[in-house]
Amino acid sequence: MPDIKLVNVGRHICKNINLHIYDREIFVIVGPTGAGKTTLLNIIAGITDYSGNVYIGDVCMDKVSPKKRGIGYMFQGLALFPHLTVEENIAFGLKALKMKTDAIKERVDFLMDMMRIKHLSHRYPQTLSGGEKKRVALARSLAPSPQVLLLDEPTSSLDHQTAKYLRIELIGVLKKLGITTIYITHDLREADEIADRIAFMANGRIEQVSTPKEFFFNPKNDSVSQFVGMPNILECTQSRVLASGLVEVTSGEMRMILPYDGTNIKKIAIPPEDIFVSDVMPPGPGLNRFTGIVENITRSNSTVRIKVLVGKNRLLAELPEAAFDELSIEEGSNVYVVIKLRRLRYVE
Amino acid sequence: MKDRVKYIHSITGTIPVIVFLILWEIVGRFNLFPGQFFFPPFTAVLKEFYHLSVNGVLGKNFVSSFTRVVIGLVSGSIAGIFVGIVMGWKDIANKALSPIISLLYPIPALGWLPLLMLWIGINEMLPITIIFICSFFPVVYNTTTGIRNVDRQYILAAETLGASSLETLFKVVIPLALPNIFTGLKLEAGMAWRVIIAAEMVAIPTGIGALLMQAESLVRVDIIMVCLIVLSFMCLIFEKTFAIAERYMVGRWSIHA
Repeated sequence: MPDIKLVNVGRHICKNINLHIYDREIFVIVGPTGAGKTTLLNIIAGITDYSGNVYIGDVCMDKVSPKKRGIGYMFQGLALFPHLTVEENIAFGLKALKMKTDAIKERVDFLMDMMRIKHLSHRYPQTLSGGEKKRVALARSLAPSPQVLLLDEPTSSLDHQTAKYLRIELIGVLKKLGITTIYITHDLREADEIADRIAFMANGRIEQVSTPKEFFFNPKNDSVSQFVGMPNILECTQSRVLASGLVEVTSGEMRMILPYDGTNIKKIAIPPEDIFVSDVMPPGPGLNRFTGIVENITRSNSTVRIKVLVGKNRLLAELPEAAFDELSIEEGSNVYVVIKLRRLRYVE
Repeated sequence: MKDRVKYIHSITGTIPVIVFLILWEIVGRFNLFPGQFFFPPFTAVLKEFYHLSVNGVLGKNFVSSFTRVVIGLVSGSIAGIFVGIVMGWKDIANKALSPIISLLYPIPALGWLPLLMLWIGINEMLPITIIFICSFFPVVYNTTTGIRNVDRQYILAAETLGASSLETLFKVVIPLALPNIFTGLKLEAGMAWRVIIAAEMVAIPTGIGALLMQAESLVRVDIIMVCLIVLSFMCLIFEKTFAIAERYMVGRWSIHA
């Protein structure tokens, strides 16, 4: 599979973008709405005009038409042809390649099996659920064996559970096919799960390209940091492996239990929305529960940010305004702080 | 319960028709309408229909009108669809032809009659040309709109999947524009009959419209009613034919769209 190089690429909001996406990499572009992410995919696909150069492998694609770029593109709106059945949608690209009927049938069957949609083969897209439609669109974009796969928010507008299952399947399929993939999302958790590298894009510019872990622990500027959610970064002085896949780490006076994956933990990142603050002792075991003093309270839109001093560590917590209003907390109050275990992140 | 509801639904449309025919018969038979010649009962009209059918007058005139409508409608629609596709697909064609189409479209088909009588003369080509014009413009308009309204994402999707411009047009754009194209065709199928009758009444000596005018001069209200019934049925049959064709071609997917 080829790599992709963008050299000084620009179009409308996108300005002078330089990127190198490696062979077989799953490269995720995150960023707020209107950042120019979809425009960037359209440039790579060749379906919009642009300045600069796009290389796929060693070939400059600037004068190559979209159909000859060897790209599979799953549009955000999916664009499944409503007048064709699932089977016909998937076969569309293969017929355009003038493949023989037997070969088309074999390939379509393979893809329908892989995406678990064979039972839907004669259905029209309008009769499918959101998750089924996404599977069909993915199968269709994979059908002509593209060199590069472009996925524009493939799990958007799905419920949390369906999105999660689709993501797991997607990771499996992409790893199995080993295809160079550019994946757009505005969901950082999704990016973290799927990406080899993440690029943050805002106002048409790439602000940071790094591995998911670097992204959380070393945001390069304020806009990246704000998008990541300004996580609390805690230095760990000690770690002790416990039984059953857990590890106890110490940061200042705080001792926290984390899932253990065999790495030596030096830092932990805790997103503010994963820290719960309460004026009464929360029920349940005291796991990852601490006491602290409120230093500062800031209201913004529908959330409230609370700075709490726990020992020597300063933690920033974010609560929905409605939840905060039910508590009687003010600056200087003694509070309980609970850290959600499942969202803790750590680096070696 | 379901069967009962279904039965009630099936007779809901039939009952008013039966009531209407009974009232017609009563009004005609008991001379409730002033002047019995002006309102023959339904059975008398049916009798005249039979009579005109048997002696061949109705058949001969019907075939004349039918042939003109079919030739004019088919050629006008084919030309309209072709021009509409070109205008919808190619911006340059749209820009070039749009002004002239916009100028000519509002002219009622019968408005062309005096001009065409001078240009073509009174022969078979005259009504066919009128029907051609009557079908052509609305079909062009609906086809162009249908093609241009196809979501651009479908076109881009087809392109990235490797389809050529012509494949994209024929396999994606035209099928997706079919509902709009059929709207134009259904509209014109009935309209063609209305126009041919009017043209035959004014300028052509044969056909259902001409028979209507002859009946009027002889004060044969029963024949006029026979002609109007034939006209009504033909409008309905033509519109239904296109509706069935539409259901066959796009019904499978468009009902869900």
